[in-house]
Amino acid sequence: MTRDPCDKCEEILQDYLDRTLTNEEWAEAESHLEGCDYCRRRYRFEETLRRYVKTSAAERMPPGLMDKLQELRGLDATA
Amino acid sequence: MSEPEPATEARRIAAEARDRQRFEEEALALADQVYRVARRLVGAREEAEDLVQETYARAFRSWRSFTPGTNMRAWLLRILTNLNVDRGRRIQRTPHSQPLEEGDYYLANKLAAAGGEEVLEQEQVVERMSQDSVVNALASIQPQFRDVVVLVDIGDFTYADAAQILDIPIGTVMSRLHRGRRALKQKLAEDTVP
Repeated sequence: MTRDPCDKCEEILQDYLDRTLTNEEWAEAESHLEGCDYCRRRYRFEETLRRYVKTSAAERMPPGLMDKLQELRGLDATA
Repeated sequence: MSEPEPATEARRIAAEARDRQRFEEEALALADQVYRVARRLVGAREEAEDLVQETYARAFRSWRSFTPGTNMRAWLLRILTNLNVDRGRRIQRTPHSQPLEEGDYYLANKLAAAGGEEVLEQEQVVERMSQDSVVNALASIQPQFRDVVVLVDIGDFTYADAAQILDIPIGTVMSRLHRGRRALKQKLAEDTVP
């Protein structure tokens, strides 16, 4: 396995997942991923990790907070 | 110039009351999403609750400065992050040096080294990291990097929205996001991979 394309692949990993690559870079990444198990596994892992971080970090609003916010309605700029 | 007709004035007042009510309802409908972001920007639940209340108090007082048709969630988060900086960061110690950053594949490489390349194909490898460890890892990132990670990866804001919310250039959003995500993975690797 040559290191160079994989280094490049690691470098553009975030942009690939964020879908901010140019068409040309995208095509280059796709063709590399197609033939490289090492990077493909890491890209998939990264996608799963992002989803997991998002779900793990989500915490619903505590009960009672909405009532407190409702009470703030009608606040005047001069108050 | 003559005084406005009483009827015209009454209509104006009624229209304004309706606008205000609509604004408040729209803002309250976003409260859960605003809280989710707030919860990860600060350390404690109570702190997040206070911050959200302060945000809504300010938003309701300054509802006229919101431009209808623009992104209200980003507008609320702009207020929230400003308040957060005002209240908490004043007392913050001088920034400690960021530990040496590892690459983007760092966590994946450590997991592969411990369990073989194939473990990266399994969703369980991610789920085996507890939700607490994810939350702790997020909390351990330096605030300037964490803010961006929370807005983009938890709050689903675009780079442009995050830049506007934090009042920083979009290029800074991108570099902080990159560094913040690396720091998150580094911490996860340290805490969860034997």
